[in-house]
Amino acid sequence: MHIAEGVLTAPLLGGGAALTAAGLAVGLKKMDYDRLPRVALLAAVFFVASLIHVPVGPASVHLVLNGLVGLLLGWAAFPAIFVGLVLQAVLFQYGGLTALGVNTFCMAAPALLSYALFAPLARRGGRAVSLVAGFAAGSLAVLVAALLVALSLWLTGEAFLPMAQAVVLANLPVMLIEGVITALIVQYLRKARPAMLQAGRV
Amino acid sequence: MSQAPAQTQPPPAGPLEAAQGASWLHRLDPRAKLAVALGLSLVVALGQSWPAALTALAVGLAALASARLPWRQVLGRLAAVNFFVVLLWVFLPWRLGWDNGWQVGLDPEGLRLALLISLKTNAVFAIILALLGTGRVEHVFHALAHFHAPDKLVNLFLFFYRYLHVLKREQARLAWALKVRGFTPGNNLRTWRTYASLVGVLLVRGYDRAERVYQAMLCRGFSGTLWLLDHFHWSRRDTVFCWCAGLVGLGLAILNLGGAVWS
Repeated sequence: MHIAEGVLTAPLLGGGAALTAAGLAVGLKKMDYDRLPRVALLAAVFFVASLIHVPVGPASVHLVLNGLVGLLLGWAAFPAIFVGLVLQAVLFQYGGLTALGVNTFCMAAPALLSYALFAPLARRGGRAVSLVAGFAAGSLAVLVAALLVALSLWLTGEAFLPMAQAVVLANLPVMLIEGVITALIVQYLRKARPAMLQAGRV
Repeated sequence: MSQAPAQTQPPPAGPLEAAQGASWLHRLDPRAKLAVALGLSLVVALGQSWPAALTALAVGLAALASARLPWRQVLGRLAAVNFFVVLLWVFLPWRLGWDNGWQVGLDPEGLRLALLISLKTNAVFAIILALLGTGRVEHVFHALAHFHAPDKLVNLFLFFYRYLHVLKREQARLAWALKVRGFTPGNNLRTWRTYASLVGVLLVRGYDRAERVYQAMLCRGFSGTLWLLDHFHWSRRDTVFCWCAGLVGLGLAILNLGGAVWS
C-alpha cells in the first residue's frame, strides 16, 4: 500500500525524504561494486514478484515480500526498494515523486528490522527455527509497514484516522500469507542457494 | 503466448514499457523534463487551495492532451492511480455516529480533504505522465546522473531496468507453465506453496544471472563506471520550456497563498 501524491503534509514529506536519504546513503556505502549486479537483479525479481496476485477471500493482494528483501539484502534493502518505487512512479505514475521518501521508508525500514531480528535465525537455525524465523520476518515486515503507513496518514490529519485503521486491518490477512510464503522461500533458498541468505554478503 | 519468446528477442510491449509517440514533449531534453516534473509535483502536492489545485489540474490535462499519448494506456494508468482516491472517498467524507441506531453524516472537513486530494493526485499524475511518460525510461536515470545522483544509485537503476524485462519474461514463462498444468490460484496452502516456489526459482535464477553478468563485465574490464553512450542536447527550446514551467510553478504558489485567504 503506497500513499498517493498530494496527501501528506510538508513536514512528513521532508521527514520521510531525510530518513530515506540516510537509509540510501548507508545502503549504497555498504554495497560494493561487486555486489551491485546482485542487488539490482534481486531488486528486479522483487519488482516482478510484486506483480503476482494472491487470492484473499474474494479479492486478491499483490505480494510485498519486503521481509524477504531484508533477509536477502540487509541494508541494501533501501536502494533496492527505492529503485522499484522510482520505476513505479516513472512508469505507472503510481505513488508519485514527492511521496517517494515516505513510501520508501515505510517499506524499507521494516525490511531492515526483519533483517536485524531474524536473519541469523533463518540462516543458521534448524529447519523448524528457520521456518518460524522466516514466517516472523515476512509477517512482521508487513505489519510494521502497515503501521508506518497508518501513522503517516494519521499524522496528516485527524480525518484520516478511520482510513489508517482500515489499512492496518486490511493488512492482517496479508501478514499471514506473506509470513507463510516468506518462510517457504527461505526453506527453498536454504537448500538451493544457502549463500543467498548471507545478507551482509549478497 | 503459446510459444516462449526466444531470449534474443526485444522485450514485448507490455505494462513495463514507456509510452511512445512524437509530440513536442517527446522532443524536449530529459533533464529539463525531470527537473520540471520534480518541481511542479512538489508545488502541486503541497498546495492547499482550490484555485491552485484546479489550475494545476488544468495545466496537467493540457500538457497530457498535447503529449498525444495512446489514450487506452493513459486511461489504464489513470484507473490505477485513482485506486487510492477511491479509498479516500470511502473513508474520509463520512461520519458514523450512534443515536438510536447508526447515523451516517457528512463530514465537511473530510469532504473538503477528499476533493482537494483527488484534484491534486490527478494533477500530479497528468503532469508526470506528460513529462516522464514521453521519453525512454533509462533517460530519466541518465538525467539523474547529470544531476549528480550517486554513481552506484544510477548504475543500480540501469542494471535493474535492463534485467527487469528479462526476469519479467522468465516469470511469464513460469506462470504459463503453471497454467498449462492446470494451476488455478485459490485460498489455500497449495497456492502459497506454488507461488513460493515460483519466486524462489526466480530469485535463484536472478542471483545466478547476476554472477554471470558480473564475471562477463570483469572480463571486459569493468571498473565501476558505466559509460553513457548517447548524449543529450540542450537547445533553446528547453531553456524556454524551463522558464515557462518556472512561471507556472510560481503562479501556482501565488494562487496557493492567495487562495488560502479566501478558501
